[in-house]
Order: sequence, then structure tokens, then C-alpha cells
Amino acid sequence: MKVHSIQSLGTLDGPGVRFVVFVQGCHLRCKCCHNPDTWKMTDGKDMSAEEIATRVERYKEYFGTDGGITVSGGEPLLQADEVARLFELCRANGINTCLDTSGSVMNDDVKKLLEVTDRVLLDIKYTNDADYLENVGCSISPVLEFLDYLDTVQIPTTLRQVIIPTLNDTDESVEKLKAIRDSHSCVDSVELLAFRKMCETKYNNLGIPFPLADTPEPTKEQMDELKNML
Amino acid sequence: MVHENWNGFNGGVWQDEINVRDFIQNNYKEYRGDESFLAQATERTDRLMGKVQELFRLERARGGVLDIDTEHASSLTSYIPGYIDKENEIIVGLQTDAPLKRGVNPFGGIRMVRQACAAYGYKLSDKVEEGFMYRTTHNDGVFRAYTDEMRAARRSHVITGLPDAYGRGRIIGDYRRVALYGVDRLIAAKKIDKANMANGNFNQETTRQTEELFQQITFLGFMKEMAAMYGYDISEPAKNAREAIQWTYFAYLASIKEQNGAAMSLGRVSTFFDIYIERDIANGVLTEEEAQELMDDFVIKLRVARHLRTQEYNELFGGDPMWITEAVGGMGEDGRSLVTKNSFRLLNTLYTLGSSPEPNITILWSTQLPEGFKRFCAKVSVDTDSIQYENDDLMRPIYGDDYAIACCVSAMKLGKQMQFFGARCNLAKLLLIALNGGYDTSSEMHIGPQMSVIEGTSLDFDAVMKRFDKYIEWLMHLYVNTMNVIHYMHDKYAYEKTQMALHDTDVERFMAFGIAGLSVVADSLSAIKYAKVRPIRNSNGYIEGFETIGDFPKFGNDDDRVDLIAKDMAHRVITELRKTPTYRNAIHTLSVLTITSNVMYGKNTAATPDGRGDGEPFAPGANPMHNREENGALASLNSVAKISYDDCRDGVSNTFSITPDTLGANEDERCTNLVSILDGYFAKMAHHINVNVMNRETLLKAYENPEEYPNLTIRVSGYAVNFNKLSREQQREVISRTFHEAM
Repeated sequence: MKVHSIQSLGTLDGPGVRFVVFVQGCHLRCKCCHNPDTWKMTDGKDMSAEEIATRVERYKEYFGTDGGITVSGGEPLLQADEVARLFELCRANGINTCLDTSGSVMNDDVKKLLEVTDRVLLDIKYTNDADYLENVGCSISPVLEFLDYLDTVQIPTTLRQVIIPTLNDTDESVEKLKAIRDSHSCVDSVELLAFRKMCETKYNNLGIPFPLADTPEPTKEQMDELKNML
Repeated sequence: MVHENWNGFNGGVWQDEINVRDFIQNNYKEYRGDESFLAQATERTDRLMGKVQELFRLERARGGVLDIDTEHASSLTSYIPGYIDKENEIIVGLQTDAPLKRGVNPFGGIRMVRQACAAYGYKLSDKVEEGFMYRTTHNDGVFRAYTDEMRAARRSHVITGLPDAYGRGRIIGDYRRVALYGVDRLIAAKKIDKANMANGNFNQETTRQTEELFQQITFLGFMKEMAAMYGYDISEPAKNAREAIQWTYFAYLASIKEQNGAAMSLGRVSTFFDIYIERDIANGVLTEEEAQELMDDFVIKLRVARHLRTQEYNELFGGDPMWITEAVGGMGEDGRSLVTKNSFRLLNTLYTLGSSPEPNITILWSTQLPEGFKRFCAKVSVDTDSIQYENDDLMRPIYGDDYAIACCVSAMKLGKQMQFFGARCNLAKLLLIALNGGYDTSSEMHIGPQMSVIEGTSLDFDAVMKRFDKYIEWLMHLYVNTMNVIHYMHDKYAYEKTQMALHDTDVERFMAFGIAGLSVVADSLSAIKYAKVRPIRNSNGYIEGFETIGDFPKFGNDDDRVDLIAKDMAHRVITELRKTPTYRNAIHTLSVLTITSNVMYGKNTAATPDGRGDGEPFAPGANPMHNREENGALASLNSVAKISYDDCRDGVSNTFSITPDTLGANEDERCTNLVSILDGYFAKMAHHINVNVMNRETLLKAYENPEEYPNLTIRVSGYAVNFNKLSREQQREVISRTFHEAM
């Protein structure tokens, strides 16, 4: 598996205290991406599922009742076969598994991965196809199909959306998100995350222009208002 | 034996022998609920605390010392009674005749007292000077016996902070005994012990012990006199909660009037007090609000306790600490936790009176503690950064369930064990001395076995270790001998009469050694082993720096290649220490703890092979070096957890700083996650953790505008300090530490 980095203490990517593996490689180019250093498929460190599972085991005592492992990225679905192997090993060890994904890939390997996934954090970036095509680089359809599949196999799901002023910070957009939530019984929570520009230095270091350099960050009041709608 | 003041208590062997643990076990009521029962501060408390805050402000404005009584040598009855606000105090007694006025204590050494007075613009009175003109102090005694080599080790700073000019501290009287039994009963018991000495052979040890018993009995008498000056007769057992707290406080107060030890810890009093509080509440003579008031007033007294120190001392132990450490929680041997409502009330003082470094509240954490208490502790950490945690599941099998913590991390059975405090040696400097064949480039002194400077264009790990072992062997032998001199003289000239009167006559003694710079040494040896380290030699041929080429595993990343080097170093040190016998057959123990001296140790240590520059601070305690952790907070915790408590029975200190946003999205999640982290860390058999939940920006602001953050409290190594009381240099070091932060 191509791994970008490991964060032994994650508290924001899934419930409880989590060991977070950021995989390397992503096929999307979201304008708001805060990990552009995970894009390239060829970078990263090679680690086997066994190797990572052995590392995770050293943190089992910290996980309490809710915590466990989260695989994020990059896009984990691009390495679904290996992530599935990792999750299988974790589960056999009583460790809760959580997948943080864009949900834009579906194949047999992905289905196999979902069989050993306890929770999905689905990053639903926008609520319409035009915005997806313009700001993500793919259609919304595979994402919605992915969500439908999660509903069919009933995997507890958290919908996550980064609120970006001028792009998706409207009441209308949040209403649509709400509708998506209500039509999928697997979704038990929705998290709205404020767009932050801390990643700008990463872009500068990589020599990639940050597409949202001029977009403002949302205010706390605005975030609270949108959250209240949910 | 029965006493009317014990009415309502369950009996037990505690009635017939001095046995506070038995009293507690037979009488305490475990509390498994949450904090919702707690009362807020009363108007009286607010007013009193307001006065104290004003005094704190004045103290700061006067450069850290409000006033000094230069006319008397501090002892139990040297001063007329002092008050903060006589009419409104529930618990009374001050060290001198006025709050925050510091007494002078020349018994450890008069030169230090003179210097300390001068540093704040005072002059020690002729009266005190004359009184000590023909009196041998502890400091005099030590320097009469020190060898040239001991002096050299001290001067080169390879061993520093030794208690050879001030009180050694780290002794905890079982102050509760005064409340439970009254002083007369304690005197009677000591008289029996003294009479029994006549049945054995008289030799050096028994003669000394007999004289010590005489002193203990005398000082128990002085304690009664001191209390009488405040209008209290403490010869009989306390009859209610207020008296129990007052009697216990008088015992503690007597100790800090007599001794100016570095750490004057309190012990484990809150659950003991709870028994009296519960009895009073059941009898309808005390309300919850009044119970909180009693604890608030008691804690206010602890917060105004002070000792006069020199500037040199403040470099080692920054922030004017007393280490009034109170151990809270823990499990009993019968499986009930020792958490009571009063454990909550003590923590609640951080809300009723505001956050504060003292008393040094130390949670004895067990994964088995009631959830309500765990969560409340986590909340207090998140809100106040004022408390620390130590592993009860690790210590209880060794010390039972009535032990406490002296200073930061030193466990001991209350009233049954004590320690001879011994500061620490500088392991990183020792490595450099070894490489230079017995020459210290920082102090420009020859010290230790003399041999040639290590050869070669790059350092060979095996050759370095072979050499290092020789120097460890040399220093540890010298270290034990030096400690033997110090503690012989301390017993002879500055014996802790009051505190030892509150111990069993036959005590078990520890001799507590320490190391500084463990992570620097581990990373340096890792660099030598896994990268290429080229020594840079000066014109005299001595190594004065290093060029390190390539990467190497660094302590703090849960990487066994280097973590096991750190663990092994601690093991080598204690193994060598054990080879030299100790004064009074004390048990050798070792700590990995620096207090704030990591800055001073770094200042006196040249560049090291790990890339640390000349004079740069070490990490505190057993912490990984700043900003070398690449895998996040838990990996760092796992690295520290590998250091064995069996090697380091005097404690392994870890200071952990995390930003609120990294700990969780909201207060509720932060508390839940902190509980998980503590459970996990201690399940790994780690020993200690200081928790700071804060942003570096807050510290930067406090550094720039101290007046806006008068009460900002942070945990450093094993204790908490008011950030403003640290030196600028210590503040910068704290700011530069790793703040665990997830991007």
C-alpha cells in the first residue's frame, strides 16, 4: 500500500481516538483539497497491510469504546484491495474500522472493502453535478451511487462537507444535503467543516497554485447558522 | 481504645495502633457519581480570595517576593499568629506573621539565606547572623566532607541541584495522624518507641535513632504550642470536619515552618477529610456549601505558602514552587476506588478559587476509576491545565493503597517510607566527557577517568558505548558517595523533626537519584548507530561539535530502534548506582525528571551528536526532544511508556501539550478523548503525564503581555507553574516545545 503519512492521534476523522493512515494517491483535484501532497500516485512509502496492522495494534489501549483505525487520503478506494486486507486484520483484532473517502469509485474490490468497514465518512463535496464537474473533476453520480450502495448494505455513514464561501455556503445547498441525508437511512450524522486556508503553504511548497487563494474562510456565525439547519 | 471525638466512626485496629489507612478503609464512602452535587464559592470565599489575589498582584509587582522577615529564624513558634483576614478565615495559620511574608531558614545554610535576602533588597538581621555564628549548618557539614572530586562534579555541572545548601524535602509527614489521634497520643506512642530502644544494643544507628525520637517528641510539643498561639488545643483528636482540616493543616504548617525542603508535599488527605465531612453532614451540622468552603479555605492557605529562594535555585526549580502535592483517587486493595465526594471538592477549588499551580493536584489514575470521576478530571485538565496524572495500577502493587507522591513523581507509603532526595546528573554531558576522554569543554575542566580523546573521522557505536559505560560506572559511584555525604549531614544538622514525628519510628528509606538529558542521549546514540557522526575537533584536539550525515530514528516515534536505547540507558544507570552502598541502607531509586532545570542543563552542555546545538535546552523529564515527533501524540506517548518503572522507581515524567482542536471538536469530545488517552497510556504501564490543553498562541501572548494573563497556569515537568513566574528563558523553552497538533 502506498502510504503518505501516519497520525497516531486523530480525533476528528471518525468517532473517538483514532489511528489515521493517510494513503498516497488521488484521482480527483478538488479545489479545496487540503492535502495536495497526497495526489501523486507515485509518491509515498510502501507499507504492507500486515505492517500497518501491527503498528495499529500498539495503540489498541487508547481506542476506548468508540475509537479505532481510520484510513483517509489520498483516496483509499484506489487501493481498496490492500485497505480491505488491512481492515480485515484490524477487525480480527477487535479494532473498529473507518473509511474516509470521496466515494467516487465502485468495483468488486471496493465492495469487498466495505464488507470489513464499520463506518464510512463520505465527503460529499457539493450537492449538484455542475459544481462537481467544475470543482472536483468528476460527476456527482458515482458518489450518489456509492451512497445508495452504503444504504443497501447498511453501513453507518457520516456525511461530511467542507463549507466554502461562494461555492456551497447557501441555504439551498444545505437543504439539498439534508434531503440526501433523509433519503438514506444509513446516514446517522452530518458534519459541516469550515473551509480553511492553512494548506496554502503546502501548495506553495509544491509549486502548485492554490485555486481558492482568494476565497474567504467562513465565519463561526455562518457555520453555526448552517449547522442549525441540520 | 475509644475516644468521644470518634463517635460515629467504625472501629478497627486503628483505635489501638497508629494506623490511618485502617481508619480510612473502615470508614470512607466511595462516590461513583458525577460533579453535579458540587457547590459554588460563597461570598465569603470570593472576598477572601479577592484579598489573596490582590496580595499576589503586589508580590508580582515587587519582583516576586512581597516581604521578608529577617529578624527570626523560621521555626514552629518563632512568629506571632498571622492572618489574611482574621474574622473571615475558617482555617487559620500562616508561616510568618503576615501572608506572603517569607521567613528565613538558615539551618540548611546561612550563605544561601544571605544571598536570597540581598537579591530582594533585604539584609539578614544581625540577630540571626549572630545566632548562627557558632552553629554548624547542613551546608557547612557537607562541605567539610566533600572530596575534591565531588566538588569538581558539582562545579562542572555534571551533577547539579544537589540539596547541599537547602532543605532536601521530599519527605511527607502523615499529617492526618494529628487530626485522627491528637498530638498527645502521638507523643505517647513515640515515648514507648524511645523506651523500647533501651532493650537493644546501642550503636551508631540506634543512638542516632534515640536522639531523633527525642527531637520528634520535642517538636510535637512545639506543634501544640504553635496551635495554642492560634487559640487551638490539638492534644486531642479532631471532633468535626473543620477541626480535622485545621489539625491536619497545623501539622503541615509546622513542617513548612521548620523545613524549607525543595518539595514539601501534603500526602493524601482529601478522602480522609471526607469521612469527617460525611459524619458532619449526616449529623446535620454541615451543608455541601460549607464543606466546599472548608476545602476552599484550606486550599487558600496552601496557595499562600512560600519559601525564600536564591536566583540560582530558581533556575533549577522555576516558578517559586512548593510542590504541595496532594494525591487524589486511586483504587483500594479491596477493589473499591478511593474516590469520594471530597476528591471532587478538592478539584472544584480550581473553579471556586480559579486555576493555580498549588496545591500540586495529582490524580492516581486507574483504568478502574469510576467514569464520573475520570470525566471530571479530564474536564478540569481541559479547563485549567492544573493537574497531573500518575499510574495507580502501576504503583498500587508496590506501595499499597495508602501511598502519596512527594514532589512530582516520587511515590512512598505514607508514614512508612521516606526518601533522600538527590537531584540529577547530566547524562548528555557525561557522554561528551566520555568522548573527550575526561574533559568537559563547557566548564573547561578535566574530570573523571583520564584517557585519550576518541579517535576516528566518524564515531563507532560499539567503541562509544564501551567508553560511555566506563564513565557511567565512574559517575554513579561518585554520585552515590556524594549523596551519602549530603544525607548524613542533613540528618545531623537539619533533621526533619516534625515530619519524621509523623512517620512510624522504623521507616524504609529510598535514595533518589536522577538523570537529565535522556532523550538527547538516546537520539545521539541512535545517530551514531544509524547515521554517520563526524566529530569536529578544536585546536586542542577536543571534540566541540558534530557533523551528522543521514537520518536516524528519533525517540518519540514509537520506534524500538531508538526507544530501547533510552530504556537501556536508564537500566544501565540504576544498575551502576546499585553497586555502591547507601547511607542508612536506603534503597536506590532513579527518576527521569528535570523540573525546569532542563534549560540550565542544556545551557551547560556543548553540542551533541543528535543535532542539538551548544547550550540549547534539553527536553524536560523523559520527553522526546522538541519537534522530533513525526507520527503524532500517541506514538510519542508509546515511546516514553517503554521506559521501565522497575528501573525508575522514582518516576518517569512526561509533559504532554496538545491543542484543543486536536483533542476533539467540542468540550464533550475532548473530555471523552482525554479519558481514552489516559486509559491507553496507563494501560501501557507508563508512569506519569502532565496534560496541557492549549494553543501556543496563548503562551506567546502571555509572553508578550504578561499583565493580561496573571493566572495562566501550565504544567511543566512534574508540577504546574504560573507561566509569569518562569524566567524569560524558561518561558521561551516552554513555547518551543512540541504542541501536538493535527493538520
